[in-house]
Amino acid sequence: MNSPSLSGRSGAAVRTPDLHASDLPAPARRRWLAAGAALGGASLAGCATTAQGPSIGRVVVIGGGFGGATAARYLRMWGGNVDVTLVERNANFISCPISNLVVGGYRQIGDVTRGYDSLKSVGVKVVQGDVIAIDPVGRKVRLAGGTELAYDRLVLSPGIDFMLEQVGGLAGALDSGRVVHSWKAGPQTVALRNQLTAMRDGGVVAITIPRVPYRCPPGPYERACMIASYLKTAKPRSKLLVLDANPEVQSKKALFEKAFASHYKGILEYRPNAEVKEVSGTVAKTDFDDVKADVLNVVPPQRAADIAVRAGVVNVAQRWVGVDWLTMESTAVKGIHVLGDATFSAPAMPKSGHMANQHAKVAAAAIIQQLKGEAVNATPVVMNTCYSFVTQRDVIHVASVHQYDAAEKTFKTVAGSGGVSAAANQIEGRYALSWADNIWADMLAG
Amino acid sequence: MKTLSRHAGRGVLASLLLVASTQSFAQDATLARNLAATCANCHGTNGNARGDMKPLAGISADKLMAMLADYRSGAQPATIMHQIAKGYTEPQLQLIAGYFAAQKPAK
Repeated sequence: MNSPSLSGRSGAAVRTPDLHASDLPAPARRRWLAAGAALGGASLAGCATTAQGPSIGRVVVIGGGFGGATAARYLRMWGGNVDVTLVERNANFISCPISNLVVGGYRQIGDVTRGYDSLKSVGVKVVQGDVIAIDPVGRKVRLAGGTELAYDRLVLSPGIDFMLEQVGGLAGALDSGRVVHSWKAGPQTVALRNQLTAMRDGGVVAITIPRVPYRCPPGPYERACMIASYLKTAKPRSKLLVLDANPEVQSKKALFEKAFASHYKGILEYRPNAEVKEVSGTVAKTDFDDVKADVLNVVPPQRAADIAVRAGVVNVAQRWVGVDWLTMESTAVKGIHVLGDATFSAPAMPKSGHMANQHAKVAAAAIIQQLKGEAVNATPVVMNTCYSFVTQRDVIHVASVHQYDAAEKTFKTVAGSGGVSAAANQIEGRYALSWADNIWADMLAG
Repeated sequence: MKTLSRHAGRGVLASLLLVASTQSFAQDATLARNLAATCANCHGTNGNARGDMKPLAGISADKLMAMLADYRSGAQPATIMHQIAKGYTEPQLQLIAGYFAAQKPAK
């Protein structure tokens, strides 16, 4: 789920191109979908030869989150002699899953942070940098600073960016630091935690939830539980308002409602159909009323991240990336495989880190077959498991299995499979933490 | 679901693969690997799990199929595996079990 832009608000993190496409000569305009610097620059990717023999192809992976890192690792593990370069903006991976425990004060940000060194040890070239342009015809990407990377296949695991224009005043409020989104783990997670600890007892915290679809459907409700848990213990005269743009809780509904009622009665107030239209200071304005908060956490509406827009792959509702589910290849631009939250989800397929990891394995298998000129797997399967903490130790899950349907060319959940926890329990609290250890290791080879 | 475990075993799996050449799942030699990789998020890469998750690497296919059958039937109570096991077909579970049985457990 975390993707290249882990820190800061996305709009600020993505660099504005120095040149407009119209400033370039016509051939360059055709070749480069976005221009960020003068043409030219050294090429890093040559005809690399590995210990296993000549490379069967060059794959550049953009974004070192759950999707991209997994793809990079599995391309090396399954392809052996695939030349893989992972480009990631940040020095470290910081996990969104488990980061709500940091908000609640039950974990430190370092506990959800991992490095990329193990990926390097399995032969992935890890480059820290910003991709500013993609040339799907010449099959190369350009980084800020001018470095070019040539590819035979490109994997784009860009994550999400925010539709700040949909909430009046939000861009400025986030820039000022008075309001936080904390929907990309990292400094924003720590900022929310710090605001909570600095707040007086008797204060009001508000978290706002956008309409679906958004990254991690149960995430806002888990966060509400973690904030309420902290308030209950440390600031019992305080209140938490949950302003949900949706008509009801969007994941594990009965289980979250039970947690709200049994653990956080008198502290947590859930308001459905409360879409935030405008933010002023720390006042969140809906159609019905103005909510004055001491701490305001706005989870903004989301779309595929900016680099996907610039790559020309956003072709569904001007918001998401359509993919061929057999290969994860963009339906708009050949040779670009798109993973994770940025994709236009198959029916009942959640935008989750777990699912991005599964997307990555479908893509890795298909890319290796494509590079070898073989037919791709016609019957892929993906599955999802998502654990949510409702107290410091009690956890609930939702799980699903998705089989490829050849007739409808999409993944469909299997009737009679999947489901949620019977009740919140501490056994799954341990499993949730083990899940994190296993998936972080599975993606980072660590 | 006891039939699941009776049909398990490498001999059966091999013959299954031989006779099933017209079925799509046998067309791709990497299918077992791909299917098993859907389990890695929780059970570790190639079944080498960490923490409280059950390691699968090196466990015999018979035993894995028996466990899966018990999850599916409800004979073995579970938090989540009864829901996940029902999402895969029996031939898919056979392939997954065969793959994990052949993996070397990490020390």
